[in-house]
This record gives sequence, C-alpha cells and structure tokens, in this order.
Amino acid sequence: MPKIIDAKTAAAMIKPNDRVMFGSFLAVGCAETIVDEMVKLGTKDLHLICIASDYDDKGVGKLLSNKQIKSAQVSHLGTNKAIQEQYNNGEIEVEMVPQGTLMERIRAKGAGLGGVLTPTGLGTIVEEGKEILTIDGKEFLLEKPIGAEWAVIKAEKADKMGNLVYSKTARNANPVMATAAEKVIVEVNEIVEIGEINPEDVITPGIFIDYIVKV
Amino acid sequence: MDRNDRKYKRILIGKRIARELNDGDWCNLGIGLPTEVANHIPEGTSVFFQTENGMMGVGPAPAEGQEDKDLINAGGGFITALPGACYFDSCISFGIIRGGHLDMTVLGGLQVDERGNLANWMIPGKMVPGMGGAMDLVTGAKKVVVAMEHCDKKGNSKLLKSCTLPLTAKEKVNLIVTDMAVIEIRDNKMYLLEIAEGLTVEEVVKATEPELVIPKEIIYFGI
Repeated sequence: MPKIIDAKTAAAMIKPNDRVMFGSFLAVGCAETIVDEMVKLGTKDLHLICIASDYDDKGVGKLLSNKQIKSAQVSHLGTNKAIQEQYNNGEIEVEMVPQGTLMERIRAKGAGLGGVLTPTGLGTIVEEGKEILTIDGKEFLLEKPIGAEWAVIKAEKADKMGNLVYSKTARNANPVMATAAEKVIVEVNEIVEIGEINPEDVITPGIFIDYIVKV
Repeated sequence: MDRNDRKYKRILIGKRIARELNDGDWCNLGIGLPTEVANHIPEGTSVFFQTENGMMGVGPAPAEGQEDKDLINAGGGFITALPGACYFDSCISFGIIRGGHLDMTVLGGLQVDERGNLANWMIPGKMVPGMGGAMDLVTGAKKVVVAMEHCDKKGNSKLLKSCTLPLTAKEKVNLIVTDMAVIEIRDNKMYLLEIAEGLTVEEVVKATEPELVIPKEIIYFGI
C-alpha cells in the first residue's frame, strides 16, 4: 500500500545525482506542486527524464531555470530558454531522444525487457554508436532501456491502493513512467477510498505506486 | 490578397494539402503551418486528427473562457474533443504513429531533398529545439507530406539535391506542398504536379535546386 505524504516530504526524498522522470507534456500532466517544493529545496545535480523541458516558469522547466539539472534525456527543448542556454554553454548534458523511442525505452525498463528495436532514427544522428539489427530483412535500431530512481507523476485521482485515473491529455507519459522507476510518487487532485474507482477505469495499477501526494 | 503575404501562403498550402485527405482518414498535423490543413477539410469529408500527446479526435480551439487546462495539442494550444474522441498514453500514441496506423502526417520542413530525406529538427550551432515526435511520425505514417515555403528568407531553395542539415528521417517524404508548387517524390526524383496560380513553370524551376520532372499538362492550384 502506498504512503500518503505531503509535497515537501516528497521533494526531500530526492537526493543530488538521482535520476528523476517526470510525466509532463508542456506542463500538462505535471506534478507541479512537487516541482515547486523541489525548487524551494534546491536539490542540485539531478538527471532529468521527460518528454519536453516545458516552459521556463511552468512544469519541469522551473528546475532548469533554477539550475538543478546536470543532465537530461528529452525529446524537445524548444519551449524552454533556460535549457537551451545551459546546453549552448555546456552547463548541461542533453541526450535528445525521439519521443516515441523515449517512451518505448522507458516501457522496456518497466516491463523487464533488454531494449527495443525501432526504425525511428535510422539514417539520422540518433543511430550514432548504436547497434543496427536486421529482422526479417528490415533494419532496426537497438535502443536500450531507461530507468530512474524516481518517477514523479501526476494523475487526476488515486484510491488508497494507488490505482490511478487520469484526465484527458494530462495522461501522456505518466502511466509508462509509473512502471520504470525504483520509487514512484504520484501527485493527485483527489484521493478516494478503496473500491470507489471502477476497476475498469483504472489506467495505472496501484502495484506501481509508492507514495501519494494530495494537492 | 498578395501572393507574398504569409497568410496567403499559409492558406494556399493548407488548402491544397487538405485535398490529399480522404473520407475516414486518420491524420497527424505537425505544429505551425501544418495545423492550417484542419481549416480546409472539404465538406463531406470526415477526417480524424491525432495529437501525439495522447488523443484522437481533436476538435477546434475552445471559445475564450472555455479552455480545459488538461486538454492541449502537441503545440501546447488548447483544443476540444469531438464526439468519438479518445485519450491514450504516450506509448499507445507512438504505437499508432510508428506502427503504420496513420494514413497521413503533415510536417513543416527546413530542407527536403530528391531522395525524400527531410531535415526539420535542428540547425547545428544555432537552433536545437529537438525532434519531439517528428522522427517517429515521418518514419511511421503511410503518407508523409511536407508543408513549407519553397525558399528560405534569403531566397534559397529549401528543396535540395541533398540535405545539408541533420536528417529527421531517411527517404520517407512522399509529397511537398509549398507556396509555389506541389511536388511528388518518387524513385529519387522530384515530379512537378501542380504550380501555384500566377506562376510560370520557369519560375518554379528557377526557384528549385534539384531537377524537376515537368508534366505535359500544367495544373494550377490557388486559394
């Protein structure tokens, strides 16, 4: 059963050099309250894994503006000036991962797979240093799993078992990230009693969840 | 409207690409210029638009004050959900994209070459916004259409013999629609299909770096 904690306690569990994945797409579906507490606490040298670096003042971008990130795996950083500056100055190490590849690499980790074979990135700089395998006459790029110490995700509602329901496009990378970290913290708008969520509606099974933070 | 007006070009390109869509198609529009396509779907044609952050059945932007903070498109703009819409996570979303389930995708471009290579995600040393979902979209969609202006700000052709910028995907572009022409890429050649009203074949040829295969009969497109 997950523990119910506050955002400040959640933020304090994350230590320097930890890898942290955030389910967020342009700050929608972001555990914004936990991010705010992390900014207040100022824990540095984090490794960030997310779809996009959001905005300078919204979503995971706030951690970048506050210079708490030493390296990142992202698919897009065009909406965030802080990361672009830090990237151009060599202050931050960034691996650009195609969005679909990023999701599957995370999924592979969570599902216990040794990697994924994808056609995405073939013939581009993404293939550099990676193995290319031919399966049934077709070429694929071998992409390795991505895991983390922490997944900090956002859902609309949790029951006390940690079963999660999401809201519209705020779902995005949250369900897959819930599967791929050693510890998973979910920020929710509502906590309900066990049995109050129809089992058919559960998107993330509670087995993946360690901590629940209620906004 | 002036042919050099950006808005005119946007409508011209969007309207022409919309005609590539068939009734019942599933389609993904990239951010920027490609979104214009959604404004010109021919009457009686029903097309379902995906947004790769996790939804099929994207509707128009909401009225002011009706925005839902959890409902955005891949460009971060507020959207609505049409009847029959559904939400899904990023893995399903990119499974739809990479798995060949989309009939068509429309993306912007910095450069396209005659082999169908596309570059649209970075300018080394200058701009590195990242590929986002573009590499998956170009790799997986059944038909890849590039929407872009024919020439860059300096007047140089964005259609090239060989791309010089880092590629988004190799040999995947099927059709290019610009403010000057509609060009199909087949067998490592660019086939001129249509030219914009008010232009001559010579003008299009002059503005295009690679050799164009010229049709016997010229078809014009306009707004």
